[in-house]
Amino acid sequence: MKPLSISSSPHVRGKDSTFRLMRDVVIALLPPLLAGVLVHGPRALAVTLVSVAACLASEGLFRLIVRRHCTLGDGSAVVTGLLLAMTLPATVPYWTAAVGGVFAMVVVKGLFGGLGQNVFNPALAARAFLLLLWPAQVVRYPAAGQALPLLGSTADVVSAATPLHEMVMPALPDTSFADLFLGRMAGSIGEISALALLIGGAYLLFRRVISIRIPAAYVGTVAVLTLIFSRGQPHLAWMAANLLTGGLLLGALFMATDYATSPVTPVGQVVHGVGCGVLTVVFRYFGLFPEGVTYAILLMNAAVWLVDRLTAPRRFGAAEGGAAR
Amino acid sequence: MRSNFFGGVHPDGRKALSAGRAPVPAPVPAQVIIPMAQHIGAVCTPLVRPGDTVTMGQKIGDGPGLCVPVHASVSGRVAAVEPRPHVTGRPVLSVVIDNDFQDTPARELTPHPDPAGLSPEELVAIIREAGIVGMGGATFPTDVKANTGMGKVDTLIANACECEPYITADDALLCTHPDRVLHGMELLRRVLEPRRTVLGIEDNKPDAIAALRALAPQHPDIEIAVLPTRYPQGAEKQLIQALTGRQVPGGALPASVGCAVFNVATCASVWDAVCRGRPITRRIVSVTGEGIRTPSNLVVRIGTPFSQVVEAAGGLTDDVWKVLSGGPMMGVAQKDLEAPVIKGTTGILCLTHRQNGEVGHPTCIRCAKCVAACPMKLQPLYLYRFEAAGDLEQLRRLRAMDCIECGCCAYLCPGKLPLVEKIRAAKRALKEASQ
Repeated sequence: MKPLSISSSPHVRGKDSTFRLMRDVVIALLPPLLAGVLVHGPRALAVTLVSVAACLASEGLFRLIVRRHCTLGDGSAVVTGLLLAMTLPATVPYWTAAVGGVFAMVVVKGLFGGLGQNVFNPALAARAFLLLLWPAQVVRYPAAGQALPLLGSTADVVSAATPLHEMVMPALPDTSFADLFLGRMAGSIGEISALALLIGGAYLLFRRVISIRIPAAYVGTVAVLTLIFSRGQPHLAWMAANLLTGGLLLGALFMATDYATSPVTPVGQVVHGVGCGVLTVVFRYFGLFPEGVTYAILLMNAAVWLVDRLTAPRRFGAAEGGAAR
Repeated sequence: MRSNFFGGVHPDGRKALSAGRAPVPAPVPAQVIIPMAQHIGAVCTPLVRPGDTVTMGQKIGDGPGLCVPVHASVSGRVAAVEPRPHVTGRPVLSVVIDNDFQDTPARELTPHPDPAGLSPEELVAIIREAGIVGMGGATFPTDVKANTGMGKVDTLIANACECEPYITADDALLCTHPDRVLHGMELLRRVLEPRRTVLGIEDNKPDAIAALRALAPQHPDIEIAVLPTRYPQGAEKQLIQALTGRQVPGGALPASVGCAVFNVATCASVWDAVCRGRPITRRIVSVTGEGIRTPSNLVVRIGTPFSQVVEAAGGLTDDVWKVLSGGPMMGVAQKDLEAPVIKGTTGILCLTHRQNGEVGHPTCIRCAKCVAACPMKLQPLYLYRFEAAGDLEQLRRLRAMDCIECGCCAYLCPGKLPLVEKIRAAKRALKEASQ
């Protein structure tokens, strides 16, 4: 007989694994990616593949250099690559997407200790980094249906105004609500189609990869604030325009819910969502850029440990213990 | 019936392997090893010496304080009194008896076929002399629980949840001897005089529920509560919460919220002791899992080595990976099969490599599933982190000592962290620091 294992209880484990969770996120990102490719052409797919490849290569090399075990099999590098691409326009130069991927995996994730240890969402931090260095490239939005060269420069593509740009005035966007919902508009690859994002988000909720708390608190907060402070626009239409444009749904469903950079306590998750929502509206109304999702989530990322600590669950028995009768 | 304890998980039950198999007596071994520690508390002092002749049911160890006696499970001659392997992994002083296969009975306990005349104090004394401990695995001395509960308990709970996957010992007992369990509960009612008496059972044991309900009319004061199956419903604090909504604070006993919980096998033992004058000399053991050839429920003499119980169930399969004392969530892995069955051995679970869910590089991804699943409202991922950092201050703040080691967190963990192992280490470090 072979020697018996004497490892600790529990001796059976659930079916969930990091790989299965990451695979589910990849599956959930396919509808938004498909929408991006349908609206902005094959270059959207090419940018995504470059971003994913850069993430895989840099994570693999980084782990090799720091002599840690290879983590490419857990799927997290693919998720970061996909998420980063979702936040970039299809016009972005391939090398810019690649630089973003390397920054995300090495600086934001690897140097902080790797999977689960990073303070900031790697994809969003990389986007913020690119936006700081090459703003013209990161906000050069192609119009819906505009033909983009698959190879070669996109420098002469004239940036189209996204609905969010129009809303800065403030004014309701020219785009119809049907187009806003389906995603026929200028924008980043993965953010345009609310429908596709909701399908992906519903899949994540159904598979229990994410809980409803963060997205509901986030979107709900933005809805309430834009409904009340509608800047002279029709309240409901203004609210709907704010929910359907920019990176809000992408951020609420896929970025603010990132495990490593969101709170673990149920109350903390609601606080996180509300904080993201408030900051998003503040940045949209008063910020330098029309969009505020990236910086809202990054700021709340920095507060995660504090939020967790302040929202620790009440001790078992503290409520009713002793005085039960 | 609502079930409102916090957190929990739904592991694959796997009870069909051994459920419905009526308990059959396992072959009685030629030699039994009776450890002097079969309960929470002080180790017994042996009352016999090598060479002594003992009868079946004779008291062979006892001691003062939090201690209950142990008894010979066969008649014969004492071969040795020495440390022997124990399910905890550390050798324990044991009385080794060569069986004469006569089962000559001891006459120390008087049967009381009609216990109506016994006072609560007399009942508790019999419970102690019979060596009764919590037979669901926790092995807390039953007489102490009954004594400390007198006057404080308004709810008496019998625990038939058997929420550990695979294990079917209580199920087998209830299917074959529900009367002993219910009569034992009536005796405990006489001791504690509760306002409410309830037997909690999970809905994955329909045969046991039917057997209990058939007898329910004879026990109008006992309520049968069928609970939706969810692990760890059978943990004492969680069952109390599920049935009464009350929360037993960390470090406190159930009596602090007016409850006393007894496993159903414990209840049956109480009846055996009082009405038949029988101390604990045997118990039902589920020998099950994918790693055993013939999963069975066996009636095993206390002190029978695991190896012989495993033989009685057809032996191990070739691909066996682990042999556990207890269930897969909280059981203790055995390095060999030398340890004997003791009063708290609910099952011997044999798992194969197919059940091995361990990975090479466990990694926390902060998914928060452990926080949601913790029935004690802890944050296992932070306990894990601060244990690794050796930060006792933070471990205290995060209430590491409240952990009941149910294993829900580690079961769910997608990163396959050894959460329970590390939290156990944290508790040990905190205990050492406070001494």
